[in-house]
Amino acid sequence: MSTDKKYAYYPGCSLTATAVAYDISTKAVCDALGIEIKEIDDWNCCGATEYFAINALPAYALVARNLALAQDEGHSQVIAPCSACFLNLRKTDEYMGKYPDLGQKVNQALAAGKLHYDPGSLRVRHLLDVVVNDVGLDKVESLVKKPLYNLRLAPYYGCMIVRPDSGFDNVEYPTSMDELLRTLGAIVVDYPVKTQCCGGHMTQISDDTALDLIGRLLRSAAEYQADAIVCLCPMCQLNLDAYQDDVNRKYGTDYKIPVLYFTQLMGLAFGIPEKKLGFGKEMVSAKPALAKITAEPPPKKKRRVRRPKEALPMPGQE
Amino acid sequence: MTETRGGDRFFDRVVAATPGGEKLALCLQCGTCGGSCPSGPDMDHTPRQLFAMIAADMEEEVLNSNTPWYCVSCYYCTVRCPQQIPITDIMYTLKRMAVQKGKFKEAEAADFSKTFIGMVELYGRSFELGLATRYHLAHHPLKMIQMSGMGLKMLQRGRMALRPEKIKRLDQLQAILEKAKQLSAQTGGAA
Ligand code: SF4
Ligand code: SF4
Repeated sequence: MSTDKKYAYYPGCSLTATAVAYDISTKAVCDALGIEIKEIDDWNCCGATEYFAINALPAYALVARNLALAQDEGHSQVIAPCSACFLNLRKTDEYMGKYPDLGQKVNQALAAGKLHYDPGSLRVRHLLDVVVNDVGLDKVESLVKKPLYNLRLAPYYGCMIVRPDSGFDNVEYPTSMDELLRTLGAIVVDYPVKTQCCGGHMTQISDDTALDLIGRLLRSAAEYQADAIVCLCPMCQLNLDAYQDDVNRKYGTDYKIPVLYFTQLMGLAFGIPEKKLGFGKEMVSAKPALAKITAEPPPKKKRRVRRPKEALPMPGQE
Repeated sequence: MTETRGGDRFFDRVVAATPGGEKLALCLQCGTCGGSCPSGPDMDHTPRQLFAMIAADMEEEVLNSNTPWYCVSCYYCTVRCPQQIPITDIMYTLKRMAVQKGKFKEAEAADFSKTFIGMVELYGRSFELGLATRYHLAHHPLKMIQMSGMGLKMLQRGRMALRPEKIKRLDQLQAILEKAKQLSAQTGGAA
């Protein structure tokens, strides 16, 4: 892995608004870990999952402007903390190289703005990948001052960080965040729906579809008695956090499961003050969960919590 | 602007408009895609059925199906398809074709996408409040009331901007997008 810990930083639109807690905690944690990030000057929106549905070439060109800007700034790697941005940047770089006709057209479009991008010149990375694989868990462990003892966490990866082929973890059963959270001292529940869909933009289009998907994720976390769900994508966080009330209303449930970013929990374990990590911005308060953290590790249990049968990972079924 | 490249057959046009789309010819009709799809229960046709319809050149029915619009880009089907068919990308292609032909029943999903990219073309960034206001006012004003409670909480927590953020070199971005649209029109939208 690269020893050079300098990266271009592509926050993406969500991190300037709904996911500002992710942005703040990312910066705090990168600082602590010695990951040097420099925000790409004048970056633009990646188009999320919307632009490709309307017109493909402008959608690629929109993404490619960011790649071209980062390349011009002399970077060889770019970090995107949002899974949708990560996918779009990665896919555009890959497709421009794999389909030369597309690459050429995108560059023709970029030329109208006096820009150019050479596919393959930037490695697009998700923040989790950089933390686990470039920095490493040993370094993370060395920084843990206040372990998250007794906190039961459900690691939620969602879709676009591993699929279709980001390559740094298993597409259906990733474990890198599990290991990271364990390194922080937390109890990681074997969350069977960890890579199922959060509903994406369906919250805006069809309540029934979206709340059904969100409800599944909350139900499973509740069955495993998770104190919090940990995520790594602003869309996942928003759907699980802001729509939890709607799920409760629709299904007559009473979930109050805070949905936090992995960076917030890292910062907490590093002893960084909560305020500098964006705590308090979540709709479902994290306070009761954080109060469960103890100074001593929990006594080792002999028996593992049994996996409820109906929570086996069966996407699309239930 | 229609996706016409690649011959007259609907099947060929779908293939031509999708990078790596030629694999669609290899579909085994095994149903793995539909069985993996989180939106399956709400779709008019499962992805497998849709691909059989594409192979049969049932353009009208395919472009009128709500299936592509219920695709949430989770890529489960894509990683599980034994033939490595880029299913998610094909769903995007079908959305584009439906928009270009003004077909699609699911006007809301298409309008959400359009409103979103309208914001991006105007500011270079997406703007949640503007997006929610425009899109929901047009489609479900009642939802605005429900949303406003949530919006207020988001505002109180500093999670929603009242004004859009604009990038500095908006003219540069717009020139790039304009050129891309021209190129796209020349090649019939195939990418
Ligand atoms: S999983 Fe692939 S081969 Fe099987 S039906 Fe779906 S598209 Fe066809
Ligand atoms: S990518 Fe779309 S079609 Fe494929 S499984 Fe996910 S939602 Fe279904």
